[in-house]
Amino acid sequence: MAAHRCGLSLVFILILSSLACPSSCDALEKANENTGEKQSVSDTPREVNTDGSIAAEDLNERQWQSTDVEADRSDGTKDSESFTAAARDQFQEELVIRPLHSGDIYASFQFRTLWDTDFLQERQKVSHYRLFPKSLGQVLSKFSVRELHISFTQGFWRTMQWGQPFIPSPPGAELWVWFHDTVSDVDGNWKELTNVLSGIFCASLNFIDLTNTVQPSASFKPLGLGNATDHRFLRYATLPREIVCTENLTPWKKLLPCGSKAGLSVLLKSEKLFHSSFHSQAVHIRPVCQDEQCTSKAWELRQTLNVVFDLYTSGQGKKEWSLFKMFSRTLTEACPLATSSKVYVDITDNPEGELFELSPATPLLSQAVVLGDRRTYSVFDLTRAEMFGQLRSLNLLLRWKGDTLTTQSDMLRPLLHAERYVAGFGLQTGEIHTVIYNNHPYRAFPVLLMDSVPWYLQLYIHTLTVTSKSRDNKPSYIHYQPAKDRHRPHLLEMLIQLPPHSMTEVTVQFERALLKWTEYTPDPNHGFYVGSSVVSALVPSMVAMNTNFTQDQPLFSSFVPVKEESSYFVRVYTEPLLVNLPTPDFSMPYNVICLTCTVVAVGYGSFYNLLTRTFQVDEPSLPLAKRLANLIRRIRGVPLLA
Amino acid sequence: MAAPLTLLLIVAVTIRAVLFRSSLAELISERVEVVSPLNAWKRVVEGLALLDLGVSPYSGDVFHETPLMIYLFHFTVDYAEIVFMVSPYFVDCLSCLLASLDRAKIAIGSNNLKSDLLFNFPGCLRHIISFSTCGLNNAIIALFIFCTLKGSALLSGILLALATYQSIYPLTLFAPALLFFLQRLYIPVNLRRSSFWCFTLQYAFIYVGSLVVITGLSFFLLGSWDFIPSVYGFIFSVPDLTPNIGLFWYFFAEMFEHFRLFFICVFQINVFFYTIPLSIKLKEHPVFLIFMQIAIISIFKSYPTVGDVALYMAFLPAWSHLYRFLRNIFLVSCVLLACSALFPVLWHLWIYAGSANSNFYYAITLLFNFGQILLVSDYFYAYLRREHHLTHGLYLKKKDGTEATLVLK
Repeated sequence: MAAHRCGLSLVFILILSSLACPSSCDALEKANENTGEKQSVSDTPREVNTDGSIAAEDLNERQWQSTDVEADRSDGTKDSESFTAAARDQFQEELVIRPLHSGDIYASFQFRTLWDTDFLQERQKVSHYRLFPKSLGQVLSKFSVRELHISFTQGFWRTMQWGQPFIPSPPGAELWVWFHDTVSDVDGNWKELTNVLSGIFCASLNFIDLTNTVQPSASFKPLGLGNATDHRFLRYATLPREIVCTENLTPWKKLLPCGSKAGLSVLLKSEKLFHSSFHSQAVHIRPVCQDEQCTSKAWELRQTLNVVFDLYTSGQGKKEWSLFKMFSRTLTEACPLATSSKVYVDITDNPEGELFELSPATPLLSQAVVLGDRRTYSVFDLTRAEMFGQLRSLNLLLRWKGDTLTTQSDMLRPLLHAERYVAGFGLQTGEIHTVIYNNHPYRAFPVLLMDSVPWYLQLYIHTLTVTSKSRDNKPSYIHYQPAKDRHRPHLLEMLIQLPPHSMTEVTVQFERALLKWTEYTPDPNHGFYVGSSVVSALVPSMVAMNTNFTQDQPLFSSFVPVKEESSYFVRVYTEPLLVNLPTPDFSMPYNVICLTCTVVAVGYGSFYNLLTRTFQVDEPSLPLAKRLANLIRRIRGVPLLA
Repeated sequence: MAAPLTLLLIVAVTIRAVLFRSSLAELISERVEVVSPLNAWKRVVEGLALLDLGVSPYSGDVFHETPLMIYLFHFTVDYAEIVFMVSPYFVDCLSCLLASLDRAKIAIGSNNLKSDLLFNFPGCLRHIISFSTCGLNNAIIALFIFCTLKGSALLSGILLALATYQSIYPLTLFAPALLFFLQRLYIPVNLRRSSFWCFTLQYAFIYVGSLVVITGLSFFLLGSWDFIPSVYGFIFSVPDLTPNIGLFWYFFAEMFEHFRLFFICVFQINVFFYTIPLSIKLKEHPVFLIFMQIAIISIFKSYPTVGDVALYMAFLPAWSHLYRFLRNIFLVSCVLLACSALFPVLWHLWIYAGSANSNFYYAITLLFNFGQILLVSDYFYAYLRREHHLTHGLYLKKKDGTEATLVLK
């Protein structure tokens, strides 16, 4: 048996190392080989920004002054050191617009700041910040964070209609952090970190505690540099109930070097962004290689914002869109601090311009292999002044030719797709069904399924069934950590082999607990949310993935490092669940305490009565008249009456 | 005597076999009245599954059986579930034997016993509980009583330790067992007598010694002390508020957080508290004391089930001679019967139909416990009264020769 298990784990480790494993840094080296070349450009950012962006220059100056005060207090040499260090950072911004299959428009912003400093150095405290937000930098060094991923999402990404997003995220808030392996009290750091982040992003991340934190053993490997496999330093938590709104967007925008003053971020107006089908904003911080040889590492801060606009229904069935229509703003300039500022429009369906017309036209085309598909993009380079034309504003406009109503509204068949629901009736038991589809016609591939279920749903792992094509499909690896009441949630991770062109159903039964009346949310009959399951997989690619990163590699295709040509990494989040629990009567505490205590007192009283008293013959006392008569008789000395 | 008993056993076994095979079994094994988090068969299976996955069953909060239990089931499950199906039959036989023996004992003492038709009643109840390990706990207690009445101090001490190990509460049965042995050996309960102390220490040594051995054994089987908080901590601190027929669940679901510890202490002390006064009052009647203790445990324990009720109800036929002194047996029987019928109804209305709320089910548990308390105190009253009549005669007369009434003073 032991040998068998050992073999299993060996197989699992092998699979893991091939799956989502950014541990080997060769991919990263390639990802960042451009940084060296861009170095010369970014060394003197002030000279670059001479094209009339004085306001932003002032902004930059102000940042300088505010941080200088601190630097001045230390010695002068350090100041000059930090000056040169500060010059070694660079900022890129990018917007990708993709008309979706369903007629919706998907806009994905990515802002990347690279800085080759070391936050985790013991002696030298990083005190001078230029492009990298100081608030995050301090958090990184204080809590010894190695990698941090946080996302806030409103709405659910519909994979069947929209395909795969560039960076997936579950509804609500998601936070996962890899701590440095020198941290001794990981839980303590995690608790403090969530509270600090809660303040930075104005979100309810302070509700993350041990009851909703898990340590996935396989699903969340570091995306950056380093080959950590010890999941004791990983913490993962989701808040599926978190509502994302303007108050989360504003602090997020403040982290950008240009704020919302210039560049692509002028488009981020909350009144339009939140009037959408899907909105997701995220911050990813990770160490990456600085150069090809990976001699030094740099910190990468990637801020992403993905939004899906339903212009199709609001525009009376026309698929026309423009920047102004979507964001109620147009672009006027690139962020002066950015070394590259580009807008990509996906024109894969329209290579010859026969379906729609994109204005202003751009001669610049780019091809990128992203998510297993070769796509063609029109590129608008905002750093070139001629982009903005006479009006000094760029309003991208896409107009469809001919009959636009004959759009294909049938479902997409993404290669990997998952959904989840609760089965059963009543408030006593239930069953969670997770359905995973492999739509690849002939290739089978393994997926990692991760489920984190709160403790108040008691899972019965012996009822776990995995069936594919109505046959039992035994997972080759199961990592299960049962919940502790009020302390930690269930964690279930499985490695399942999905047969080609199949539907795999994972079911597990659970029992609903009755909670204390103070543990219910303010609207207990609304139900309790259970976070999304996470399906992570290396999906076989239709085209050869690009493992060689080039200079003009767009940001959206370089987030997840690609290790091999034949497959690409995909993470799919299922729907969160809403589960009802039995509730006590919240108006009853006094009554219940009184009534139960009464019953206990009845028991106590009757036993006490029988224990302390003895049986005696009842001698009825004499009537009052007789007793008075006896009193007189006693005085008189005559015999008493009976 | 032997022939009807055998017949009865065969009938009981047949009924059970039929019930076990019917679809009713599936339904019953999920009822909250029948299974508690402590002894649900589903949780035993879960514990075994966790063991197979290489996870300690005590790392989660689903499994609360003792380590010996899980290794027993690990062994039996490998063969077939038939073993588990058979073991409750064994319990049934034992409880029947116990009941007959019990009656014989008391017949010696009071020589006015009649055979009783209600004999089969606990057997019927026992059918229902066949899907929880409560049956096994009951079997241990039944065996303990059997050995005690047989006069085997060694076996009795070991079985009592086993019962305590299983669910803590049978700890209070130490006093009646000791009293019984003292009475049997004609040792007076006198604190100045060395013979009294000698035997008490002997029995206590057997009990504590076997308890230590059993606990140590489970430590060596498991390799950690995880089971202590998971089994006994779970019994004492009542973290699981799943509805049952007891008084704890709704009370602690509705409790204010800062009074929680206080009331847990009060409620738990309440179970053990009656031992001392009852032992003093009933020191001449240890068998009745056993009955009283088991009844009190089953009423006031933290996760009671129908199986616990069945255990003390099994004694009722032994006290058939007390019927004429019971004051409100009709009322109590009606209350208990009505409650048993209303439990599933109100549960359905709350959990499935959604047309009632938790208060409905709570009300019925309250009434059920009230009925049980009335029943037990009524038997206690009747027992004491009968004792009084045994010494003072059945027909008491006042000084003036008229018929007198007895009162508690």
